[in-house]
Amino acid sequence: MSHSIINVNDLTVAYNNKAAVRHLNIDVKAGSLTAVVGPNGAGKSTLMKAIMKLIKPTSGQTSVMDDTSKKALKNIAYVPQKGDVNWDFPATVLDVVIMGRYVHKGWFKRPNNEDTRIALEALKTMKMTEYKDRQISELSGGQRQRVFLARAIAHDASIYLMDEPLQGIDITTEKLIIDTMKNLQKQGKTFLVVHHNLNTVPEYFDHVIILNKTVIASGPVKEVWSEDNINAAYYEMM
Amino acid sequence: MIEVFAVLLITALATSLLGVFLVLKGQAMTTDAISHTILLGIVLAFFITNDLRSPLLIIGATIIGLLTVYLIELISNSKLVKADASIGIVFTALFAIAVILVSRYADDVHLDIDVVLMGQVLFAPLNRIDILGFSLPYALVHLSIILLINIIFVLLCYKELKVTSFDPIFAAVSGFSATLIYYILMSLVSITAVTAFDTVGSILVISFFTAPAMTAYLVSKRLSRMIWLTLIIAAFNSIAGGIFGYFTDTSISGSVATVSFITFILVFMIQKFTLSHRKPVN
Repeated sequence: MSHSIINVNDLTVAYNNKAAVRHLNIDVKAGSLTAVVGPNGAGKSTLMKAIMKLIKPTSGQTSVMDDTSKKALKNIAYVPQKGDVNWDFPATVLDVVIMGRYVHKGWFKRPNNEDTRIALEALKTMKMTEYKDRQISELSGGQRQRVFLARAIAHDASIYLMDEPLQGIDITTEKLIIDTMKNLQKQGKTFLVVHHNLNTVPEYFDHVIILNKTVIASGPVKEVWSEDNINAAYYEMM
Repeated sequence: MIEVFAVLLITALATSLLGVFLVLKGQAMTTDAISHTILLGIVLAFFITNDLRSPLLIIGATIIGLLTVYLIELISNSKLVKADASIGIVFTALFAIAVILVSRYADDVHLDIDVVLMGQVLFAPLNRIDILGFSLPYALVHLSIILLINIIFVLLCYKELKVTSFDPIFAAVSGFSATLIYYILMSLVSITAVTAFDTVGSILVISFFTAPAMTAYLVSKRLSRMIWLTLIIAAFNSIAGGIFGYFTDTSISGSVATVSFITFILVFMIQKFTLSHRKPVN
């Protein structure tokens, strides 16, 4: 738990000449549970997108496992916000979880029985087995988040990038997701999670990045999670 | 007469198969734009070849189709205007240039605005080609090849189409470029639309592309089912609409579009009724 697995080096991203983030320098430690917090418009999503190479930085760069190319992205399992996809899409829960296996197939090859088996196992971990044949539009918010995490587990990557996974879900699912994350951490997985609820940061995470256009503070929760830093990110602007 | 229906059926299958993914990606209106702007590609290619059967027409149409998609994306990605406004401006600009060119320089040839807009499937059997000793309508052969290409594309890229339609960001991180798949899809849409031009015209081809898929979307739990249902509905709409138009002596593509709308409304109402009478699931 010492070397950094995601590296952000002097990253600036601007949209229409307005900077969304400025000169970010971030190291995400391998095997950490790292939260990204900050007010609306602080650039949390921009940071995630830059790491996934979905947007071109204005300057600076990001690397995953010391690799700045797109190839390294195969090590990332992405868990989007619930609202980012069309839940009326004609697919069952199992269909969506099997998508987690696509990364291992490459172009044109179809998933096989082994992929289905791995997907079913991931559903079991998220306690969603009985819903496997449900159409995804029939799921509750918490169940949708479980499906997304199951898909990421089926992906079997070393890094999980999650965009507000605990937003608008029930308390049982929240506990299940946190327990699952801690279990996966024991297997050596790294988590970078955009998080909204400041009260639960010390309980759920061991590292935190406090962001507001620039990095206000970044490091172990014990060291940087202070009222001064939080105020600097959330109230200084006003 | 059989040949007219065969052309109509093949057109319906070729267009609606791609329509599944256009509906899922929310690109119905982009398709409408393409089905009009490709006229510019046809006109420009026609000026070069002076032959309405030249394959160059398809290439010209495809290039303009892709240019349409690119310009729409370029303008809407600037975040200065919304996506629908961007479609509106690109669509009308390119189409207007084509209309001006046709009316100014090609008024006396087959590139007639009425036929381009409305199509005329009844003329399809007049234009024939000999294949292995059989005399077949040119449109039938042409459309069958396009249908085959579309089927191969969907079978080959089923997984890629599925994941990029459902969750483009996840797809990109998994190594499947949603943009690449989208441009291949839109190339095929352009090629299919230009081929369907003569039969159904550029105004109503949008109904052929999207109506069956939208109807199937209402009642499909899985993608594979949606594809089958789309093809069945497309076949029904085209034959039922074709028969109605043929025997009432009205526009055939107009009849198919009308039947497609009725089918959609019926399925929509049945679905609403069943959903409101079903017990909620937990």
